[in-house]
Amino acid sequence: MEKKTVVVKIKRQEALEAKPHWEEYHIPYRPYLNVILLLQEIRKNPKTFDGTPTSPVAWESSCLEEVCGICTMVINGRVRQACSTLVDEIGMNVTIEPMRKFPVQRDLVVDRSFLFETLKRVKAWSPIDGTHNLGPGPRIASEEQQENYWLSRCFSCGCCLDVCPQVNDRSDFIGAMAINQVKMFNAHPIGKGLAKERLRSLMAEGGIEDCGNAQNCVKACPKEIPLVNSIAKINREITLNLLDLLKK
Amino acid sequence: MDANDIKISPHFWLRRLHSLSGVFPIGAFLLEHMFSNALIIKGPAAYNEQIAFLSGLPYVIWLEIFFIYLPILFHAFYGFYVMFTGKSNLIWYPYPANWMYFLQRASGVITFVYVFYHFYHTRGVNLLYGTEVSFARMQELMKNPAIFWFYIVGLLAVMFHFANGLWGFFISWGITIGPKSRAVSGVLCAGLGITLFVVGVNSLIHLIP
Repeated sequence: MEKKTVVVKIKRQEALEAKPHWEEYHIPYRPYLNVILLLQEIRKNPKTFDGTPTSPVAWESSCLEEVCGICTMVINGRVRQACSTLVDEIGMNVTIEPMRKFPVQRDLVVDRSFLFETLKRVKAWSPIDGTHNLGPGPRIASEEQQENYWLSRCFSCGCCLDVCPQVNDRSDFIGAMAINQVKMFNAHPIGKGLAKERLRSLMAEGGIEDCGNAQNCVKACPKEIPLVNSIAKINREITLNLLDLLKK
Repeated sequence: MDANDIKISPHFWLRRLHSLSGVFPIGAFLLEHMFSNALIIKGPAAYNEQIAFLSGLPYVIWLEIFFIYLPILFHAFYGFYVMFTGKSNLIWYPYPANWMYFLQRASGVITFVYVFYHFYHTRGVNLLYGTEVSFARMQELMKNPAIFWFYIVGLLAVMFHFANGLWGFFISWGITIGPKSRAVSGVLCAGLGITLFVVGVNSLIHLIP
């Protein structure tokens, strides 16, 4: 039987701000290959398809089971996790690029600290720090738990921002991820303590008003979080709070 | 830190006003305008009577300025700014809602050109040269097939922009927060847009002798 080859093209970049270039590699096919395995094969023997030695490709990965989000990259044009992308599913031609909306540090490694900044902007935590024991938390109805559990599956991979036409160098848009966190924490009995601050933080520069309703976020989310529902729900909370702004 | 220390961006208010202005007064005016146009099918007398009624309204110039001109100018120019803050990525992600995002902006640009042209020939000429706008004048304009088809394209852009904008309005104000309500509002908005387009085209056809 003829030996099958996976043709891998990778967009490489030496360092931040460096000019990117493309390299092609040929990897022997075997069943169940995922993109991480392809990258490992290239690392084992860093040569382009014509045998020219090259530097090993830099990339990040950790959990290898689509729960850490670190190996997020653009594969065949679509942003997704390398670990859960199978060659059997996407075909024998694999094009790999770094994420599009974050600064590329080297090859497929991007700086996603913007995501952490957005979480800080909206105070995505429950305020429980104190000097004394606060006792057990309030009970949450099972139905609410189910709904919020789904939202909590977010692992900050950044896919929703990468596909968003409103996230770019001409806008400060905070993105769907942080808005979803506001929805989740504002629905939590302890998290609620900061509800007004969170809503206001989404009315600040680059807040929820920059959402253009393209709804790519919900399509791209690997955890199938209903991000458009979360955005609309926060829009409703803000609408209902508008009159409160007049009370001062 | 107090919640009130977080500064609300002027763009928050402008964007909400932009969304609201598309529905009221611009959307409301659009409904009135399409209804008045529909009198064309009742013949020249009924249509001219309606023009006389509307132009004879008390404070008509102020009504026009505050309920039509200023809202449309604001909606158009802030809309251009909103368009500038986005970068379409349809090539990579050709999803239906992403198409709507793109078409909303494209139809906005077509609408801007069309409405400017339409305003000049049906209101501007009256303000500048005192030309009488009537059934006869509209018939004269529509004799030119280029103008007729430009009106059809303009009408299509306006109705798409209105219907899809209304669908977005219900999301931006937090009215349709679930997939089912968004599907229902999608059907209703599309129905309204298609109805208004058909009504508009019918009026235009009745202008052709």
